[in-house]
Amino acid sequence: MSVRISRWLAEHWVLGVALLVLGYLFLPIGVVAGLSFNRPSSRLSYDFNEFTLDNWRNPCATSDMCDAVLRSVQIGFLATVVATVLGTLMAFALARHRFRGRSGLNVLIFLPMATPELVLGTSLLALFVSGGVPLGFWTIVIAHVMFCVSFVVVTVKARLSGMDGRLEEAAMDLYASEWQTFRRITLPLVLPGIVAAALLAFSLSFDDFIVTNFNSGTTVTFPMYVWGAAQRGIPPQVNVIGTAMFAVALLLVLATSLRGRRARRAAIAPAPRQVGGRP
Amino acid sequence: MARDTPAGDLRLANLTKTFGAFTAVDSLNLTIPQGSFFALLGASGCGKTTTLRMVAGLERPTSGQVLLGDRDIARLRPHKRPVNTVFQSYALFPHLDIFENVAFGPRRRGIRAVDEQVRQMLSLVQLDGYGRRRPAQLSGGQQQRVALARALINQPQVLLLDEPLGALDLKLRRQMQIELKRIQTEVGITFVHVTHDQEEAMTMADTVAVMNAGRIEQLGPPAEIYEFPATAFVANFLGQSNLIAGDVFGRSGSDLLVTAHGARFSVPAGRSRTDHGPVFVGVRPEKLHLADTAVQVPAGRQHLEGTVTDASYVGVSTQYLLRTGWGSELSVFVANSGAQQRFAVGDRAVAYWDPRHAFLLGRRADEEDRTIPVLDEPIGASS
Repeated sequence: MSVRISRWLAEHWVLGVALLVLGYLFLPIGVVAGLSFNRPSSRLSYDFNEFTLDNWRNPCATSDMCDAVLRSVQIGFLATVVATVLGTLMAFALARHRFRGRSGLNVLIFLPMATPELVLGTSLLALFVSGGVPLGFWTIVIAHVMFCVSFVVVTVKARLSGMDGRLEEAAMDLYASEWQTFRRITLPLVLPGIVAAALLAFSLSFDDFIVTNFNSGTTVTFPMYVWGAAQRGIPPQVNVIGTAMFAVALLLVLATSLRGRRARRAAIAPAPRQVGGRP
Repeated sequence: MARDTPAGDLRLANLTKTFGAFTAVDSLNLTIPQGSFFALLGASGCGKTTTLRMVAGLERPTSGQVLLGDRDIARLRPHKRPVNTVFQSYALFPHLDIFENVAFGPRRRGIRAVDEQVRQMLSLVQLDGYGRRRPAQLSGGQQQRVALARALINQPQVLLLDEPLGALDLKLRRQMQIELKRIQTEVGITFVHVTHDQEEAMTMADTVAVMNAGRIEQLGPPAEIYEFPATAFVANFLGQSNLIAGDVFGRSGSDLLVTAHGARFSVPAGRSRTDHGPVFVGVRPEKLHLADTAVQVPAGRQHLEGTVTDASYVGVSTQYLLRTGWGSELSVFVANSGAQQRFAVGDRAVAYWDPRHAFLLGRRADEEDRTIPVLDEPIGASS
């Protein structure tokens, strides 16, 4: 009997640990999702009081919060576009061309990722102030572009270096001009890397607090709003925004993996007839 | 497009490529007749792939011309050349299915209705029905055939093949050699095939050029190169040869007389690359026969005595090493036809050959005998 139990344990303990780790990862998200349906008893209470859909019906009940969310989305979008374009170009240069200072640049690219955000934030603030740049929306965008570029470069470069250079040679050999080669071969093959980099950049920008806090002036982004609200009691709509963000991210991931699976299945489906071996 | 222009021979004129101080291809002159199956054979680093890439337009020549008919294409961009390549790694586009891979060339040239053509091509390489698969779902041999179809559909004037069978296992390679030869005969396009595999080159090509250090050492039909190599390099790169160092000391009728290690030999002048000075007397291992004593050697044959130091039984033949009086070891391949007696290690034996099967090569005065020990199977031994 005890042998059977120990064997069952031996076969299943990995699964148990995995479930525990998953629970550890998703518990906070579950709490946020749960609280988004809560009607709090008082401003400073985080206990689950009563189920309600009011928060989801009126996410913008506290109007300044929705302004902050919108602002964060705008900043995130601008920073993502600029950082992705710049970073992709840099990645191409680093992966494809030999030039002086290339190895030095490779190291420099990592610096913004390794530097503590506090240092980045304060030094940027000093730069803006001494340069007489008024703090606000655009200084936040500039700051976000700065730290997002590194992540984009690293992500796209990884994808590029895994790509066989002969594919482009083959395309040109098959009558594709430089532009056609880029459009038909290089871009489609690197695109997953670029998309991943853009998503990463957006999420970094959207929830950045430290660097933003130093360089925002009077502009309030969503993370700053939450920080400020935490002093006075967080409105339950914050949980709605958080849950919605998570749901969007989850849907994106599901959609891509589903699409990949369908493409694979479509490719396998028409079983070709086997050709008899010729001599 | 390729068919409209009058095709012609592919000619390389003084083609040179240097990388810094290194000369990869050294003023190469070569004419490849239209419709032939031509093999560039050489060890890795001999410049054969660089030559191919210059013809494809993927490498810019330092100097010289690449002529197709009368037109110099050396400075054209790759997509402007009526030349297509089958890459060593196949370089199939992983994000496109087989159909789109094959249709890639025609589509770039603005051809809309490609379906019929692609279907014909896939059927030519025996991949009917595989159009909707991705390259990753195909085996190595199938990918190889897709690469071939993708290049052939464009009906290029010249098809370049860069070690196309290198990634396949031996059995599949044999099959593809025959297949390639069949397709070449069927479509009649000039094939230029780069390989380091001498057997592959000899099986398929009408003409083989042996390349070494950026230059062509010898060019000709496989049998001619094998039977009468021009240099010591060729003699041992294409199959193996016993090269015995000697000196020409005279002439007797149509034969050249040579002394080597105190013995005298003769070689027909027609099988000599030089008629004076230091030479190598060369004999292929399978042209050597073994006998117990000099008395048994038939008339008109020349012989050497030695001791058997190694005997490897490889099925179709037995490969002996025979140590001569001066210490060199000759390779002797004796066919296991059942008529031959077997020799054991340590036996004394006499190796003899027909002087018409020997050949004479020039030699630098300081060069010693060149007899390569058996490292690889001889040509034809396993087929």
